[in-house]
Amino acid sequence: MTISADHPAPDQAQRLPAEDAVSEAVRKFGITVEDYMLPARHQIQMVDPDGRLRAESEQGTEPGHEYPLPADEELLAAYEQLVVGRRVNDQNSALVRQGRMAVYPSSHGQEACQVAAALCLSEGDWLFPTYRDAVAVMARGVDPVETMTIFRGDWHSGYDPSRHKVGIQCTPLTTQLLHGVGVAHAAKLRGEDTVVLAMCGDGATSEGDFHEALNFAAVFHLPVVFFVQNNKYAISVPLAHQSVAPSLAHKAVGYGMAGERVDGNDVVALLAVLDRAVKLAREGSGPLLVEAHTYRMQAHTNADDATRYRQDSEVAEWLAKDPISRMKTYLTGRGLLDDDGAARIAAHAEDVATQLREGLGEDVPVDPQELFRYVFSVPTPQLKEQSAMLADELAREASSEESPK
Amino acid sequence: MSPTITTSSEANGNVSAATARAAASAASVAEASGPQPITMAKALNTALADAMHADPSVLVFGEDVGLLGGVFRITDGLTRTFGEQRCFDTPLAESGIVGMAVGMAMNGMRPVVEMQFDAFAYPAFQQIVSHVAKMHNRTRGTVKLPMVIRVPYAGGIGGVEHHCDSSESYYAHTAGLKVFTPATVADSYRMLREAIDSDDPVMFMEPKKLYWSKDLVDLSGLREEHVSNAEAGVSSEGRAAVARSGTDATLIAYGPSVPTALAAAAAAAEEGRSLEVIDVRSIVPFDDETVCASVRKTGRAVVIAEAHGFASVSSEIVARVQERCFHYLAAPIRRVTGFDVPYPAPKLEHYYLPGVDRILDAVDDLQWEN
Ligand SMILES: Cc1ncc(C[n+]2csc(CCOP(=O)(O)OP(=O)(O)O)c2C)c(N)n1
Ligand SMILES: [Mg+2]
Repeated sequence: MTISADHPAPDQAQRLPAEDAVSEAVRKFGITVEDYMLPARHQIQMVDPDGRLRAESEQGTEPGHEYPLPADEELLAAYEQLVVGRRVNDQNSALVRQGRMAVYPSSHGQEACQVAAALCLSEGDWLFPTYRDAVAVMARGVDPVETMTIFRGDWHSGYDPSRHKVGIQCTPLTTQLLHGVGVAHAAKLRGEDTVVLAMCGDGATSEGDFHEALNFAAVFHLPVVFFVQNNKYAISVPLAHQSVAPSLAHKAVGYGMAGERVDGNDVVALLAVLDRAVKLAREGSGPLLVEAHTYRMQAHTNADDATRYRQDSEVAEWLAKDPISRMKTYLTGRGLLDDDGAARIAAHAEDVATQLREGLGEDVPVDPQELFRYVFSVPTPQLKEQSAMLADELAREASSEESPK
Repeated sequence: MSPTITTSSEANGNVSAATARAAASAASVAEASGPQPITMAKALNTALADAMHADPSVLVFGEDVGLLGGVFRITDGLTRTFGEQRCFDTPLAESGIVGMAVGMAMNGMRPVVEMQFDAFAYPAFQQIVSHVAKMHNRTRGTVKLPMVIRVPYAGGIGGVEHHCDSSESYYAHTAGLKVFTPATVADSYRMLREAIDSDDPVMFMEPKKLYWSKDLVDLSGLREEHVSNAEAGVSSEGRAAVARSGTDATLIAYGPSVPTALAAAAAAAEEGRSLEVIDVRSIVPFDDETVCASVRKTGRAVVIAEAHGFASVSSEIVARVQERCFHYLAAPIRRVTGFDVPYPAPKLEHYYLPGVDRILDAVDDLQWEN
């Protein structure tokens, strides 16, 4: 095969160039390219912190940035997951205090983002979560105990990503975004209409892989929704040290994709914005970037001391913007939630908490031979040798325990 | 605010206000005289403060190193003492941190950067391998990079994935990087000061499970020692230490494995076997002399490291000793290392880590006559 500089790309004919997709969207919304890509001037908020539905003219929407109210069933389902998510967060933190879990990066306060990230996707779609997104993973249907295995400390991950279409919870910041891009690219080549939602935090947007992922998704014109939970801190470092862009959503325009920002404690607005982003991506708009404004109510993890870098008054301010009480007020006011409904949801949350306590409370015996079992599909001769050495050590240890010298 | 930082060349006699404040504060750290129980974390922190005090071109930056004082508190108080221009948080990007340090080192500064954990230094690998290690060589010595990359490394703390890697072999394998790893509190002070003084880049590997280990240490004594050693041109660079003397076999260890080797030697002593323990300290440059002198004396050796054994620092040590001491050896040199598997989850790590029993098994295998 000879390689010439101007060989035609074989799929050029079928591929809708990114520019066309954008002009398509622009035509559809009747706005300029800049107005399509830049976020609306204000964050999208539909239900205010007191649980009142905002007037349509005050929701932050603009021409081309319009968001219909999600359906009642979706809102109720979201509320149920919010309550479960909060219970899970607090149960896990308790299990950490009891020494039952090694560590837990809680999403307490960010449950609306967690729930919306899972509910906006269809069955065949993929989610790529971070270490903080256990509640989103569960909301996608992964078993609670399997979800928490990573934090219990007997294995690095406890669920099968392909079965659930949920990537492993990822710690090396933003590396998972590129995996999401790859899954979307493969799906496109295979003719599947999969959308990928890939998550990261505000601090993580400084990493090189964040840039690479957005650029790849845009250049290859892939159906990826990048979802940034801006909880204001990266461990101790406030957002102002990460970026002086007008907002993280503004970064989208630099890659040639659309960005939007949304109140991350308003699950109604989150669902509205993410539902539309997923729909646009599925219809061929290319990638989108959604920034949710939320707050990490607790320390980074149990190992962190948040009093070193932030004021209690700031935390208190955000307590008043809690995503769950606001939704409860809203749904109750609309007559969608009554005491019976609330009691049923609370009981469901309690069931999940019990499952976690029981599943994580007991010591599951670990099998030391698992060290060697999964390094390769077939263990190498060296690994077999090392495995035999450990087995021999343990056998000798066991027999010396049985017959003390 | 105008910049108040002076560079190395300008520094002589031109001490900024921040530095003067630092002097006062460093003095207020002034330990009660004589040896005190000090953690390795405290000794490292003091070494940074002293180096910043001694040389206004020393800068500290990385993730969470400012207000928080680092996730391990090694940089605690430095921003307060020296100001935000000399100890600061960067955007969250390791390649950015190391790459910027390269440029700063090229322009009169001595950056000391922190990688938050071993496995989170990998985004900076390109900068480290392609530039930090090569700049001096590529410019035929005209550009020096006096910079230190501090890496908390290795396991034994029940950490989750990516927080326990032993990454020293990647760096040791890269020509142009010095690689230091202290195992005692006093050495952590000593060697960090020397790393900062070095005109060549140093990967400074801090065994995180030893951060809270305490030794009786006289910090002001160490401070004075540093000054007099620097004047005399004496340094622990390239010098291993005999951590325990013995006659029957040599245990060669570094960083987190040194206390384990010492515990094994103590256990062996109870059974009547006298083991010498060598603390490598400086992986690059390597002290062939001290290590080989010990092995020639004892005739037997076991190399201990937490890292995977395959293609590692421990393999290098075995090769060097074998090449130099073959005719003195009574038995093949043995290694006790981590298995060649990804670092395991917390509940499995004790099966992975070299422990006293595994070391003693290896010692038993050294073809003793009786
Ligand atoms: C490449 C890399 N560098 C550093 C870290 C250590 N680290 C873990 S979480 C974190 C802060 C991330 O902040 P952000 O992206 O805002 O997410 P949040 O924790 O607030 O959810 C840091 C620095 C890491 N996991 N990966
Ligand atoms: Mg954050």
